[in-house]
Amino acid sequence: MINKATWTAAALAALATAPAMAQGIDVKLGVLNDRSGVYSDIAGEGSVIATRMAVEDFGAKEKGLNVEIVSADHQNKPDVGSNIARQWYDVDGVDAIVDVPTSSVALAVAQITADANRVFLASGPGSTALTREQCQPTTIHWTYDTAALANGTGKAVTEAGGKKWFFLTADYAFGHSLQENTAKVVEANGGEVVGSVNVPFPATDFSSFLLQAQGSGADVIGLANAGGDTINAIKQAAEFGITQAGQKLAGLLIFINDIHALGAKTAAGLQMTTSFYWDDNDTNREFATRFEKERGSKPNMITSGVYGAVMHYLAAVEATGSTDGDKVVAWMKANPADDKLYGKVTVRGDGRAIHDMYLYEVKTGDESSGEWDLLKKVATIPGDQAFLPMLPECDFTKK
Amino acid sequence: MFELLGIPPQVLMGQLLLGLINGSFYAVLSLGLAVIFGLLNIINFAHGALYMMGAFVAWMLLNYIGIGYWPALVLAPLIVGAFGIVLERSMLSRLYHLDHLYGLLLTFGLALIIQGLFRNYYGISGLPYQIPPALSGGQNLGFMFLPNYRAWVVVASIVVCFGTWFMIEKTRLGAYLRAATENPVLVGAFGVNVPLMIMLTYGFGVALAGFAGVLAAPIYSVNPNMGADLIIVVFAVVVIGGMGSILGAIVTGYVLGLIEGLTRVFYPEGSAVVIFVIMAIVLLIKPEGLFGRTA
Repeated sequence: MINKATWTAAALAALATAPAMAQGIDVKLGVLNDRSGVYSDIAGEGSVIATRMAVEDFGAKEKGLNVEIVSADHQNKPDVGSNIARQWYDVDGVDAIVDVPTSSVALAVAQITADANRVFLASGPGSTALTREQCQPTTIHWTYDTAALANGTGKAVTEAGGKKWFFLTADYAFGHSLQENTAKVVEANGGEVVGSVNVPFPATDFSSFLLQAQGSGADVIGLANAGGDTINAIKQAAEFGITQAGQKLAGLLIFINDIHALGAKTAAGLQMTTSFYWDDNDTNREFATRFEKERGSKPNMITSGVYGAVMHYLAAVEATGSTDGDKVVAWMKANPADDKLYGKVTVRGDGRAIHDMYLYEVKTGDESSGEWDLLKKVATIPGDQAFLPMLPECDFTKK
Repeated sequence: MFELLGIPPQVLMGQLLLGLINGSFYAVLSLGLAVIFGLLNIINFAHGALYMMGAFVAWMLLNYIGIGYWPALVLAPLIVGAFGIVLERSMLSRLYHLDHLYGLLLTFGLALIIQGLFRNYYGISGLPYQIPPALSGGQNLGFMFLPNYRAWVVVASIVVCFGTWFMIEKTRLGAYLRAATENPVLVGAFGVNVPLMIMLTYGFGVALAGFAGVLAAPIYSVNPNMGADLIIVVFAVVVIGGMGSILGAIVTGYVLGLIEGLTRVFYPEGSAVVIFVIMAIVLLIKPEGLFGRTA
C-alpha cells in the first residue's frame, strides 16, 4: 500500500524548503511500482532514487521548481495501482506518475492519467499497447517495449544463423505478446518458429520444458519470460548441457540484475537488448557510482530511463511554466531531449520515445573482472529501426 | 518400443526421470511436514520459509566464511534445525493445547516475517550458488542428458526419506515418539522426557526443510520467495498422502512428481494445477488421504 514513511518524509522535506520556494512552481511526482514483489529489485526503490537524482541534477530548486516525490507499491495488481493513481491525482495533487512496471497496471494508469490531464512517464512497462492499441495523449513511453526487444535480440540472433526457434513462453499477456513480436521478427529475417510451450507463471523447474525444446531440433530457445523465470531457465539450461550441445538461448527481456544473479559464468554468451549499460562510457559510470551508493546495485535500463524521463519532464514544466498534462506533453514531443544517458531522445506523437537500443552479450567468466563487469556491446540498433512505426490514429500532435 | 499419444519413448523416459527429481523435493519437504504434523499436531506453514533459509544458509556459509557445499549439507540443516528449536521453545510450545488453527496462523505469520527479512537484505533477484565441482557435468543416458547433480538429488532424498521412515516406524526411539503423541502424560510417567522429544522432533522436521533447501540451492535461484512458491504444492502433497502419514508423504511426493512431469509433456499449461486437481479428487473420494488413517 502507500508508503507512509516516504509520504511523511517527503511532506517534512517540503515543509522545510517551502518558505524559500514561495514563488516557484510546485511539482509533485509519484513513483508507482512494485516495491515488494518480483519486480522490486529491477525498479522499486531504485526508481525513487533515480527520480531524486534527476531532480537534483536538473537543479530544480535553483530554477524555482518546488519538487516533491512520493512513492507507493502497486503490488503488480491493476486494481491496486488504479486506486493509488486516482488517490494521487484527485486528492494529493500529484502531477506525474513515474515508472509503473507490469504492463497491465501501466495500461490502467495511462487511462486514468489521460482523464486527469496529468502526465504518465512510463519506464518499467514493456507492452507496445501503451503507444498502439491503447495509446493515450499524455503517456510518454520512455525506455523500451517488447517490439524493441524483439528487434534487438530476435533480429540479431536470427541473422547470426539461429533460423529455427522454439519459445518457452510465460503463460500470460506479457509472455504471449513478447513471443508474438519476436516470432514476427524471426520470420521477417528468414527464420521459422518450430514450436513453443506455454509455461505456467511463475515456475521454478524448467528442465522438462527445456528438454522439449531440445527435442524440437531448434537452433535457438527463445525465453519469452522475465525475472526469476528467466534466471531459472538459463541456470537449468546450463545444467542440462543444452547450451554446450550447441543450442543457443535468447533471453528476450533480461536486466543486468538478472545477469548479476546468475553470475557471468552461467550466463556467458547470452545476448540481450537494453537501452542502457552502466559501464558503457564515463557519464554512465559516474551516474552508476552515485546510484550504487544509495541503492547497493548498479542502475539498469528501467532506473536509467526514469532518470531521463523525469529530466525531460522537468525541462518541460520549466519551459511552459505549467503542470497541465496536455501542455507539458506537447512541449516534450516538440523538443528533443539531450539525455545524459541515452543521448538524443525524441518523443513521437504517440508518446513513444525514440532512442538507440543496444545489443549486448554476456562476458565469459574469464573476461569479467568484477561482479558487475558483465556485458560487452555487440551492436547498436538505431532508434528508427528499434521501435515499431507510429499508428496514424495515435499521433496526438495531429489532433 | 512403445509410443504413447505420439510422444516417443525417449522423451517419455526423460520426463519421467525429471518428474522423479522434482518428486524428490516434494518428498523431503512433505516428509518434514508430515513428521511435524503427525507427532506434534502443528500445521507448519513456516516450512517453505525454512526451506528457503536452508538455501540461504548454504549461500552465506560459502560467501561469508568460505564453507563449501558438502559441509553445508550437514551444517545448514543443523543451523536451520536449531533456529526451529528456538521457534518451538519460545512460541509454538505455548500453542499445543489450542486448536490447530493457532499453530497454522503463527507459523504462517513467521513465514511472512522470515521471507520479508530476507527480501529486505538480499532482494528478490536471487543469488548464484554453483554446483559442487565433484557433481558438475552429467551422463548421457541415450534418451537424455542427466546432470550428475540431479542424480545426486534423487539418491540423497531417497536415503534421507527411507532413513526417516525407518527411524520413526521401526526403532525404539520412533516407538517412544509415536507413543508420546498418543498419550504424552503416560509416556512422561515412564520417565521419558516428552517436551524434549517434541522439541527435537520439530527441530528434525525443520532440518529436513533446510536439507532440501541446500539440495535446491545449486539448481534453483536462491531467493526469498523460493519457499513460498513451493509450499502450497507440498501441502497438497501432504493432504493427498494423508496428513501425518510418513510413508504417505514419501510415496505421494515421488508419484506426484512423476504425474506432474507427464503433464508437462501432454498439457504443459495444466502442469501447475494438476496436483491440486488430484487433491480435490482425493478429498472427494477419500478425505483422510490415500495413506491416512480414518480418524
